[in-house]
Amino acid sequence: MMKYTPNPPQVAEEMLRSIGLNSFDDLFADIPEEVKLKRELDLPAGLSEIEVRRELINKARKNITVDEYPCFLGAGAYDHFVPAAVDQILLRSEFYTAYTPYQPEISQGILQSIFEYQTMICQLTGLEVSNASMYDGGTALAEACQVASSGKAKKIIVPDTIHPENLAILKTYAWSGKFSLEVVPGQNGFMDVEAMLGRIDKDTAGVIVQQPNFYGLLESGIEKLGEKVHQNKGLLIMSVDPISLALLKSPAEYGADIAVGDGQVLGNNLSFGGPYLGFFAATEKLLRKIPGRIVGQSVDSEGKRAFVLTLQAREQHIRREKASSNICSNQALCALAATIYLSLIGPKGLKDIAVRSHQMAVYAKNELIKKGFKLKYEGPFFREFAVKMDNPREMNRRLLQHGIIGGYELKGAMLLAFTEKRTKDEIDKLIAVLGGENDE
Amino acid sequence: MMSKLIFEKSVPGSNTFSLPSCEVQETLEIPADFMRNEELKLPEVSEVEAVRHFTELSKKAYGVDSGFYPLGSCTMKYNPKVGEWAARLPGFANIHPYQPEETVQGALELIYEMEKMCCEIAGMDRFTLQPAAGAHGEMTGVMIIKAYHKKRGDEKRTKILVPDSAHGTNPATANVVGFDVVEVKSNSRGLVDIEDLKAKMNDEVAGLMLTNPNTLGLFEEEIVTIASIVHEGGGLLYYDGANLNAIMGVCRPGDMGFDIVHLNLHKTFATPHGGGGPGAGPVGVKAHLAEFLPVPVIEKKGDKYVLDYDRPMSIGKVKNFYGNFGVVVKAYTYIKALGRDGLKDVAYNAVLNANYLRHHLSKYYHIPYNRLCKHEFIANSKFQLDKSGITTMDIAKRLLDYGYHPPTVYFPLIVNEALMIEPTETESKERLDGFIKAMAEIAREAEEEPEKVKNAPHTTVVKRIDEVGAARNPIVKWEAGK
Repeated sequence: MMKYTPNPPQVAEEMLRSIGLNSFDDLFADIPEEVKLKRELDLPAGLSEIEVRRELINKARKNITVDEYPCFLGAGAYDHFVPAAVDQILLRSEFYTAYTPYQPEISQGILQSIFEYQTMICQLTGLEVSNASMYDGGTALAEACQVASSGKAKKIIVPDTIHPENLAILKTYAWSGKFSLEVVPGQNGFMDVEAMLGRIDKDTAGVIVQQPNFYGLLESGIEKLGEKVHQNKGLLIMSVDPISLALLKSPAEYGADIAVGDGQVLGNNLSFGGPYLGFFAATEKLLRKIPGRIVGQSVDSEGKRAFVLTLQAREQHIRREKASSNICSNQALCALAATIYLSLIGPKGLKDIAVRSHQMAVYAKNELIKKGFKLKYEGPFFREFAVKMDNPREMNRRLLQHGIIGGYELKGAMLLAFTEKRTKDEIDKLIAVLGGENDE
Repeated sequence: MMSKLIFEKSVPGSNTFSLPSCEVQETLEIPADFMRNEELKLPEVSEVEAVRHFTELSKKAYGVDSGFYPLGSCTMKYNPKVGEWAARLPGFANIHPYQPEETVQGALELIYEMEKMCCEIAGMDRFTLQPAAGAHGEMTGVMIIKAYHKKRGDEKRTKILVPDSAHGTNPATANVVGFDVVEVKSNSRGLVDIEDLKAKMNDEVAGLMLTNPNTLGLFEEEIVTIASIVHEGGGLLYYDGANLNAIMGVCRPGDMGFDIVHLNLHKTFATPHGGGGPGAGPVGVKAHLAEFLPVPVIEKKGDKYVLDYDRPMSIGKVKNFYGNFGVVVKAYTYIKALGRDGLKDVAYNAVLNANYLRHHLSKYYHIPYNRLCKHEFIANSKFQLDKSGITTMDIAKRLLDYGYHPPTVYFPLIVNEALMIEPTETESKERLDGFIKAMAEIAREAEEEPEKVKNAPHTTVVKRIDEVGAARNPIVKWEAGK
């Protein structure tokens, strides 16, 4: 059994006596007998590290990894490259075994890294302020709706072309919380801009646009939505993919007030869906309304530059029920991974990755069309597109038999994602299997 | 030495990151309308300079591996390294959340087993591992409270009771989920005032959120009475699991009458806090509330594990995918390593260490509730403040000079100048004695050379920071030339 309690029994006894107690059970004398557990927990006995590792290896082995089978799944989590240096730095235990930097004098390293993270998120989104991270892209979007609806207007307009899990989270936060949701059906894979414009009125707190949208497509008409929602004193909220921002117009260029998204693609492993990070950027005007931790630059008593958690009057530990959000712990280490990643990749590297992912997707699209496949939706896309097929589930089964993790199953189509890690061979094999070649 | 920001180290052309040569001829098919016009201003540094930069920053941080970290209510215990190893196994780290179920059976099995273990430890019937942190778990739990009353058509219940000693996340959560917060007073013994609870419990109250042991480190001895008041009044009882470490294997929230529980994997089950996350805040419920859990839940059909989304009464989804899986792997590893005896050993040693510190520090500091505590206790600077104007903040800052992370300060709010001290079970007697010695020395300094304490810290890379100025004139990002 592994134990991390360092005091041997005789030392523990000595401590017990020094505080005037006779038995270890005396430590729990204040717990009423009727609620005490009068048996052992029904759990297995503890294991040695050798046994624990054996058990974990056996479990991990039952999973097929994206290193073993090329992965064409995206839909909100992407198999992008993570440089080896990212994890080496994350293993510096001064970072990963620290708590939130409440004591700035001994936490300057963490505070500075968050300040750098905030700056990079501002650079990517073009917006003026950023917090220190949220749980993920979906909850960040829900929190953006809470910020937008903090005044009188409560209606959030959202197209059904955003990620379905994000939409599901919005629905949960809406029924239980303080904003109402109007979901506007899209057309041919794109949001219905005219229908959305028609819904915007003075009760509108915000309009959401995801770019690229769930189907990988690039939405048009965002500026128009922004103008109209601004005329009605609401906010334009954009959910964006940070890798795409190396190529695509930034939320600021579209006139967005809040930009959120999932930062998994920036140096975080797929890890079966988490931990990832949500980023949250906004205009300067919203600084005092945004949720979560924010690091600010200040000076110490000798005038030296120093960093500190700031604007804490927004937060739950000070403001309690009047706080702008209930968030406390965020995803700091994942945000650090993103910061290290962006430092290692640089602006040119990020653009290369975005371009390559797009090129691979375009190649696959062209090859599929040559084979007679049709796209479910026509239009410009970034690194993901939907291709029509009768039975995507059956097709995924067949791909798996050929050592390929296929795409995300849509009704009558498969959503395929491409990253810089995919090779031409892998794509050719994917298309061959999809086209019914290689059938046994 | 002040560290330059990564942006101030940027040298154009120094980043040599490269991709494999391109095997396809395709060119961009993105119309100009969609393309970015603004220049992308990320820093340009070489790999070695990036690595040195973050290594340098790590040296200006303090973790559990650096030393004693008695941050009350945060349970800063040692984070076993085998957990880091486990979460990085490719079979866990490199799997996509939407892979076919048959390719992720090991991951689903781990989640399924983890749920069962959480149920046993907390005395609940079902768990979801989806919430990303304690506060997110609270939110999920309070949504379940709302869904429960809604289903019963009892929608006049618009209030949540929260003790005045509660974590700030409790009232904040109740508010975010659309409830009004009603505060319940603590009595002179630091426990829930039963008369005040009775007075405030009525048919508009949806539930009570309670931490037990509470934030003073005291066990709510009248928990059975509290539970019956809330239940007889038609409300539900919510357990904030921040302090579960003290009672594992000794008693269980489910047996105390709690209907809903959240656990903090980054506290109780030793997953590292990462300088502010990721954590994980699994939520457990009694059987009558299981239908409200977020989707998906993991079921076992035959010998296969499946994701079940078909739950019509579910509150919905609270997070993308299935939660902070990587964190769950670490907590699972921890529970497996310790087993039933190890978990109980944790509680005994956590409580022993806290009482040892409380007993010995009471010679130098005022302890407002100086009796048997659980995992933590509250001291304050009353003696030092009365005598020489030394505040809790001064004591905390002086501790930095002695090489310790200070306790939680100025919380809970019901104690003036609070120092909330939680040693955890992973500290040896020598460490605790060292801390007692440092605290004794600071108490002496406060009397004999108060300026030394008031101007602390003296040895850190920066001195006390102008926090008011930071908030008045917020600078939250670096800008060239500024």
